[in-house]
This record gives sequence, structure tokens and C-alpha cells, in this order.
Amino acid sequence: MTHFTLRTAALAIALSAASLAQAHNAWLLPSSTVFSKADTVSVDAAISNDLFVANHAPLRLDGLQITAPDGSSVKPESEAKLKLRNVFDVSVAQQGTYRIAVINSGAFASWKDKATGQTKRARGSAETIAKDIPADAQDVTITQSSGRIETFVTVGKPSALKPTGQGLELITSGSPTDLAKGEKATFTLHIDGQPAKDLDVTVTAGNTQYRDKLEELKLKTDDKGQFSVTWPAAGMYWLDASTKDNKTSVPQAKERRLSYAATLEVMP
Amino acid sequence: MHVRYSLAPLAISALFSAPAFAAGLAVNVEIPRLNVSEYHRPYVAAWIERADNSVAGTLAVWYDVRTKTNNPEGEGTKWLKDLRQWWRRGGRELAVPVDGVTGATKPAGKHQLSFTEGTGAMPKLAPGAYKLVVEAAREVGGREVVSIPFQWPPTTAAQPTGTGKEELGEIKLELKP
Repeated sequence: MTHFTLRTAALAIALSAASLAQAHNAWLLPSSTVFSKADTVSVDAAISNDLFVANHAPLRLDGLQITAPDGSSVKPESEAKLKLRNVFDVSVAQQGTYRIAVINSGAFASWKDKATGQTKRARGSAETIAKDIPADAQDVTITQSSGRIETFVTVGKPSALKPTGQGLELITSGSPTDLAKGEKATFTLHIDGQPAKDLDVTVTAGNTQYRDKLEELKLKTDDKGQFSVTWPAAGMYWLDASTKDNKTSVPQAKERRLSYAATLEVMP
Repeated sequence: MHVRYSLAPLAISALFSAPAFAAGLAVNVEIPRLNVSEYHRPYVAAWIERADNSVAGTLAVWYDVRTKTNNPEGEGTKWLKDLRQWWRRGGRELAVPVDGVTGATKPAGKHQLSFTEGTGAMPKLAPGAYKLVVEAAREVGGREVVSIPFQWPPTTAAQPTGTGKEELGEIKLELKP
């Protein structure tokens, strides 16, 4: 539908395949992850190199999905689009764990214009992308993307999260808001509900601007899609994984790029 | 929820068993006097933990229980989660206020709490290894946890102690066989 500039398209690629290049990190940052009772959580959404420093670009919230413990959908409040970050509040009233996620699913295409020979790009949904490409376009490449950026907030006692079974997603044993320094947490990565084997996962502590080395934990999922992290210190962490496969729903697309990122808080 | 017990069995046990045979314990919590410009009394939780870190029973929770805004739970329930370890291990399953367990925050000094097994806040404990855990969290201050391991039932009257460095003073556990 919309024709994007080169830079936006590059960003879209970077977003959907974070490991392919020196891409920027997309993240959500909740003001708190644990609440005693009904409260409001304020969430920052941004794309930047430094975690969690909003110094580059806001994260688009078109695909924002907030799911309450009972499975119902919650609308964000006080949404503000700032230059370096987007901000919104979520009223967390129910007991249990809320899932706050930005889902980027779509497709992007590039082709050579027959008349001018120039490279053109378009981004759209899986259903509409084919319509954006002229019939006489040459060297058409269509790539599907499926990305999830999320974080979790718990009021009172945590509740179990229902897997979506779509794209790349994280399954936590226990609660994602119950992480503590020195303790081991086990996670499973799924692709369309199936274990994602041998997948690289990186876990990076926030406040990257205050240390010389990134000190990211480089992990790999096992045959069951599992990996575990023993939290070295308290703080906000960014967990990310990405991969690609050929299970596309767009007929002309050869490749599907999957990405996942979660912000997790570790208590001292 | 965990510490609420029906009174009927207690009445029966009081009738048929001599109270002298019921083992008990006392906890003495010292809140240190701190020389700080902005002082708020700490929130304190004391509980008994099993060997697997699960909570056998919450003995006491001190928080801001004032109800000036007509909040029946007390003003301070919002910050109960700051007693992080207690909250995570089981505090969040407790519906406050709880008679005989929750109470107002306490001033600096030594505070004595006494319990008899199976009555009030103290549950019946299966024989085994336990820990008394005391956690304190202070507004615009720090947080500290002191734990004292003990065996139950106690064979002799013992007084194991633990000492905090910042937010807690001496914690004394008095085991009464």
C-alpha cells in the first residue's frame, strides 16, 4: 500500500531480522513488572542501539496487543507519540500476568522498475503485498516477516500465559515476572507452536551505555527448544532471537523472517 | 489465606492437650535507629520457610495499615511487593489484612513476638529443617533479609540469632520445646 523510503524499508528489514545486520534493538520498557494490586503501568516503546535508552526512534505501536490474565484484550491509555519513543499506559486491574506485545507481521517486496531500472520497495500485509508490485516489475523478491516484541506485568499472584502458537515465541516455565539474581530460569522457544531447536538466543542486561563491553549472554536452544539463564545481576534484560524459514503464507514469498524480543526484569 | 485457621480445632486442642506441651517460638526483631534526613518506618515481614523455600507460614507483616482514604486494606498495600522475597515466596497469596498477622509499622527498637505451634499465625510444622526469615524494606531506604535456620521440633531451648547490617538489627529466635 504505502511506498516507503529506503531508510524505513531498511529499518523494517532490521526489525524483522535483528541478527542479520548491526541492527537496532526494538524494545518495550515497563515502569514496573510487579504490582501488589490494581495499578497503572507506563510503557516506553523505542528502537535504539543502547538498552534501554530512547536515543534513536520510536517503536510503532500499530501492532500493539495487550492481553489481560483472563485472555481479554486491553486498550492502551494516554498514548503519546514522541520523537524518540512512544509511550502508553496500561491499567492493570486483574490479578495475574498481563502480556504487552507489539506484533509486526507483514511482507516487504523489492523489484526493479522496468522503465527506469531503479530499485523499488514496498511494505504491506501478507494479503496485499502482491497488489503493490507492478505487473511488469523485474527481479521481484518478497519476504514475509513475523515479529513479536513483548514484556510482562503481574498484579498479585502470577497466572499462566497462553501460548499463541504463531511465529517465534517464548514459553516460560514459571512466571516471566518472577526472575531473581542468582536463580536459574528455563525458557522454551517455539515456532508456530513447535520447539525451535538449535536457535541462537542473546540475553543482554540494560544500561549498556554504562559499560565498555556489551557482556551479552549467548545461548542456544536444545533439541526441545529449551535454554536456561542463571541471572548474573538484577536489572532489566533484553532477550532476543531471530531466524528464518520458508513457511510463508504469501505465495510469491520465498522466505519468512521470524524475530522475538522480550524485556524481562530480574530482582535482586 | 494460609494463616487463617478455623477456631474449632484450636478450642478442642486447648481442651484436651496441656498448653505446656505445645512447642512454640518467639521472635525478637530489632529495628535499628538510623540517622537519615527522611525516615520512614520499615515494612517488615517475618515468616517460616521450608527447606525448599516455600512459605510454611507468615508470622507477621508490618505495613502502613492506616485507612485515611477509607481503604480497608490500609494505605500501604501498594508497597507490600517491596518486601520482595516475602512477596515472591508467598506474600502475594495472602489477602491482607489478616488478624494476628498484619499490623502497623513499628518504631526503632526491639519487638518481641511469641507464637505457639498451631495457634494464631504459627502453623503446625512437620518435623524437619526450617528457616526463620525476616525481611525489612524502607521507603527511600534499603532492603535487607536475615534468615536463621532451625530444626523443628526443638529438642532444647535454644536462642539462635542473626544480625542485619543496615535495615535490621539483631534478630533473635527463641525456640521453646
